[in-house]
Amino acid sequence: MILIKKMTPARCVAWLVLITMLVVTLFPLLFVAKTSFVPAGELYTTSTQLLPDNPTLSNYKKIFGLLSTEESIAAGGSGANINITTSMINSVIFTGIIVIVQTFNCALAAYAFARIPFYGSKLLFGAFVASMMIPSVVTLIPNFVLMRDLGLLNSMLGMVAPFFLMHGFAVFFLRQFFISLPKDIEEAAQLDGANSFMIFFKIALPLSWAPLMTVATLTTINMWNEFLWPFLIATDDSMKTLPVALQSFKSQTPQGQPDWGGLMAATVVATIPTIIMLFFFGRRIVESVQFTGGK
Amino acid sequence: MPFMSRKMKNSLFGYLFIFPALIGFLLFYAWPAGRAVGISFTDWNLLSEPYYVGLDNYVDMLEDDQFWNGLKLSAYYVLLNIPLQVMLGLFLAVAMDRLTKSLFVKAAILLPYLLSNVLVALVWLWMLDPILGIVNSLVSFFGLTPQAYLGDPDQALVSVAAINIWRHMGLCAMLFLAGLQTIPKYLYESASLEGVTEFQMFRKITLPLLRPVMVFVLVTSVTGSFQIFDTIAVTTAGGPLDSTRVIVYYIVQNAFSFYKMGYASAMSVTLCMIMLAYTLLQMHIMRASESDLN
Repeated sequence: MILIKKMTPARCVAWLVLITMLVVTLFPLLFVAKTSFVPAGELYTTSTQLLPDNPTLSNYKKIFGLLSTEESIAAGGSGANINITTSMINSVIFTGIIVIVQTFNCALAAYAFARIPFYGSKLLFGAFVASMMIPSVVTLIPNFVLMRDLGLLNSMLGMVAPFFLMHGFAVFFLRQFFISLPKDIEEAAQLDGANSFMIFFKIALPLSWAPLMTVATLTTINMWNEFLWPFLIATDDSMKTLPVALQSFKSQTPQGQPDWGGLMAATVVATIPTIIMLFFFGRRIVESVQFTGGK
Repeated sequence: MPFMSRKMKNSLFGYLFIFPALIGFLLFYAWPAGRAVGISFTDWNLLSEPYYVGLDNYVDMLEDDQFWNGLKLSAYYVLLNIPLQVMLGLFLAVAMDRLTKSLFVKAAILLPYLLSNVLVALVWLWMLDPILGIVNSLVSFFGLTPQAYLGDPDQALVSVAAINIWRHMGLCAMLFLAGLQTIPKYLYESASLEGVTEFQMFRKITLPLLRPVMVFVLVTSVTGSFQIFDTIAVTTAGGPLDSTRVIVYYIVQNAFSFYKMGYASAMSVTLCMIMLAYTLLQMHIMRASESDLN
């Protein structure tokens, strides 16, 4: 655009908005990072400073379980515990299983809805899409009861169960894509005697890398951050995902005041994977998120 | 399989393809949704057998002040949350569209949305701590009175809304930015040749052409924030003095703290109806809101 190269008043306002928003967005995170290096005794005295007086790693040692309970209380901990390594691994497994299996299942179903005229396909597709409208709190109780009856509480299978088989949005989104693919190659393959499975794996799937990655990216964001379901299923510390572990670390405060140093260190550690992902896949993440509103 | 007709073969393959997703749909959406209705007609604490009580739960619900309070708080929360979030997101998107294509800026603006509600709640619990938090330090620095924020019944829900605005405005901005980029630049160019001011361009070109994205953002964010739970579970647990006991928090509490599965289900089915009615209404409006470009 030619008209905006000058420093017009509107342009000044726009810069002001953008810079303010960037500061508002990033400042709290930097402040949390600072707090994670502050020794417990100095939280009050350094509360308005941008840098700690005597930076320490004790908060990090504490959350990685490198200090004994006595040491950690001496270092200003609340005696609360978090096993951040275990919950990080749990989060990776939880998210990984769901993203891979759900994306694959949804691609299969989406392809059938787009290309195979089977009995009842319209009705079922409508039902799949409608499932997006059910608030999760409605299915929560029956699903919890089912997991309990199957003995799947505190198990990874129980945690991924409601998510990993299908997701209405993923089916809807991928079907739109498959419909937009030109039919010629698939029809030629069909004439050569290839069945639907062969066509799906050999032709359609290799062409769908981009939309599959979009779906996978969105599912990764949602599942990495999912709280309520894993919170209900994983009551045992060894099964907790990051959000669940952070919440229980926050709420077990035997000595009243939360262990701010430890909590902020845990917050920083839990933020790091997101920042790494953003660093490597920034463009894909931004574009995937934008895609959701594009239709 | 020469003995099968084309039709049968298609149906066989069709069902083979959708099989895993269909199981997921039946087992974790369709059946539990029906079962929730069934449970809502019972008195059930998970341990004993469910006891059929007919419509008692629904009758109790209508007489339960906490239920109405929860609905009211959720609606109030939506009103606090959405307009400001959408406005900030829109300003941000317009600013970014004008000034920069930097991926770093986009990534930074989107970052809060990529962090979990729990994480974001912890960040702000610390920032808003009445004694140690930086927000009160800044407030005193400017000569104002420090506040209790999440600890004050009059401010708690507003604080939760502020936290969620912080998390979601970047997402809003990204969605609007994608919408802005579909608007042909020549519209602005010819408008500027005719001496139209930037503000008029925003009102006469940008806003009308953004309507489809606007409707999408409104539908998803209204139903989403009406069901706010995570942030409240971490920051206030429904308090102080029930000032943040929104409807979903009250439902989860009834189910998993008080073990009143029937009552919780009755409320969740009601919530589902409300959300469904809202979505249908919105879809009706959405159909009437195709972009003026088409």
